[in-house]
Amino acid sequence: MHTKRKRNFSVTLALLPTWFAAVVIYIGTMFWSIRLSFTDSTLFPSSNYVGFAQYVKLFHSAKWLASLQNVLIFGVLYVSSCLVLGFLLAAALDRKIRFESAFRSIFLYPYAMSFVVTGLIWQWMLNPTLGIQASVRSLGWETFVLDWVVNRNMAIYALVLAGVWQGAGLVMVIALAGMRGIEAEQWKAARIDGIPVWRIYVSIILPQLGPALAAAGMLLAMGVIKTYDIVVAMTNGGPGNSTEVPAKFIMDNLFGRQNLGLATAGATMLVLGVILAVAPFRYAMYMRNNRAKGAA
Amino acid sequence: MARPHPNGPKPAQITAGRIGLYAFLFVAALFFLLPLYTMIVTSLKTMDEIRLGHIFALPETLGLSAWVTAWSGACMGTVCGGIRIGFWNSVAITVPSVALSVFIGAVNGYALSLWRPRGASVLFGLLMAGGLIPYQIFLYPMVRAMANISLYNSLAGIILVHVIFGLPLVTLLFRNYFVSVPEELCKAARVDGAGFWRIFFEIMLPMAVPMIVVVSMLQFTGIWNDFLLGLVFAGRDNLPMTVQLNNIVNTTMGERTYNVNMAATILTAIVPLAIYFLSGRWFVRGITAGAVKG
Repeated sequence: MHTKRKRNFSVTLALLPTWFAAVVIYIGTMFWSIRLSFTDSTLFPSSNYVGFAQYVKLFHSAKWLASLQNVLIFGVLYVSSCLVLGFLLAAALDRKIRFESAFRSIFLYPYAMSFVVTGLIWQWMLNPTLGIQASVRSLGWETFVLDWVVNRNMAIYALVLAGVWQGAGLVMVIALAGMRGIEAEQWKAARIDGIPVWRIYVSIILPQLGPALAAAGMLLAMGVIKTYDIVVAMTNGGPGNSTEVPAKFIMDNLFGRQNLGLATAGATMLVLGVILAVAPFRYAMYMRNNRAKGAA
Repeated sequence: MARPHPNGPKPAQITAGRIGLYAFLFVAALFFLLPLYTMIVTSLKTMDEIRLGHIFALPETLGLSAWVTAWSGACMGTVCGGIRIGFWNSVAITVPSVALSVFIGAVNGYALSLWRPRGASVLFGLLMAGGLIPYQIFLYPMVRAMANISLYNSLAGIILVHVIFGLPLVTLLFRNYFVSVPEELCKAARVDGAGFWRIFFEIMLPMAVPMIVVVSMLQFTGIWNDFLLGLVFAGRDNLPMTVQLNNIVNTTMGERTYNVNMAATILTAIVPLAIYFLSGRWFVRGITAGAVKG
């Protein structure tokens, strides 16, 4: 009896710092922030409650609305492009090719780099006066235009381009791992039936990779909501508001504009966004598991 | 993992399909490599050469002066100490953060999966939820709390923050690892009178070395590449390399020295790239484990 208590004590003690982090830091600071979003706090926290006034102000802010629109465009294009390109790369690598591991390293290495580095590289590549545009023009194509980082209508696509360059490799490795797990029997059967290779990938392999691709897509989508570094490095939100994103809006209001109430209201919306993004996915997983259990 | 080899017919004859396949792969490789190539050649050019606007041209002469400037003379604002300051700050932040978070993650994973104390699943659920939530909601109260215990803008403070926010991922990976350890092993050791810590240090930790390597690499790249937390919590004297790089490139006065900027960018990327190229499959294992089971 005595040793049992002692043993449990060790386990409890070992997990204590993590309990502290989870309860005090994760939950505690989150509720502190949410509470601040209902006050008129500016530079310092105030306890003067103003109801939903900060949220009303938030959704009347042109910058916040622009950043929501931007993150939506960026998110949809970035996640779907990464999934499509990553799947295609994986399928190509799956075709018994030479130098497979070299190709794989090349497609994945950008994922090891930071968003700041990625943003700066592409800012330089897309520099209108000295970058790709200037190079192509000097070859004789005088009207060639690639001014995405300085063009307010195109800047968001410059972010997508840089993001896909960095993130497609992640989908590629996850999809390739899934393809290598598919049984040879399925391949044999499909080949005997004379189904063309591309159809096998679309109709047989793609559905089986569903959960893995969904997980990869979710991982990328979480990254989208947190998008900050790459924007700061590449465009700093400009030109105009064309690449402003919610995470940056919050940071600017927290530390630049001393607008605590508005910033925490924005952060609360971001958390809601995550919950809305994750809930359907978790629900689908839960239902799948339940169905699997029911079948077994 | 039944078959280690790819699917499909044997690539014996050259067909139009095979040519198309390789064409696609080479174009894709070009897209992924071009930025790296551009960075390297730009860093080796002089500014006169860069102003010609041939971004893909090879440098006429090989000069390392931009690299020297980037390392030891590049300016952020009025301080011209080069990116090496950020490099050493990043080393000072990353090494202890990785060591601490890997250790705590291993203890957590071991305790949660093999001892299953009361509330284990609650704690695990809280951590996983916490890992999904954007940092922005934690930041301001964290800043205040850190200031209250005099850790705001300090090296110890930023390390603590990295350890705290690293908990979800490291705990997840170690828990998934220890779940596959046969419970009998732990039980047998307990019957022999070994306690929680002895089993951990003498049996579990040596067994988990592969996972320790994977998690360390993952954490090292993640913390080295962090921008947001370093910007907020590290303070002026401890700014990590990513923050300093961004300051050097995006807040210069006068003409931008693109060669120096690109050299500084490569220097910042070189550590995670080295880990990636040296570790190869281990790195891949880490990110897929973190992604698919997460």
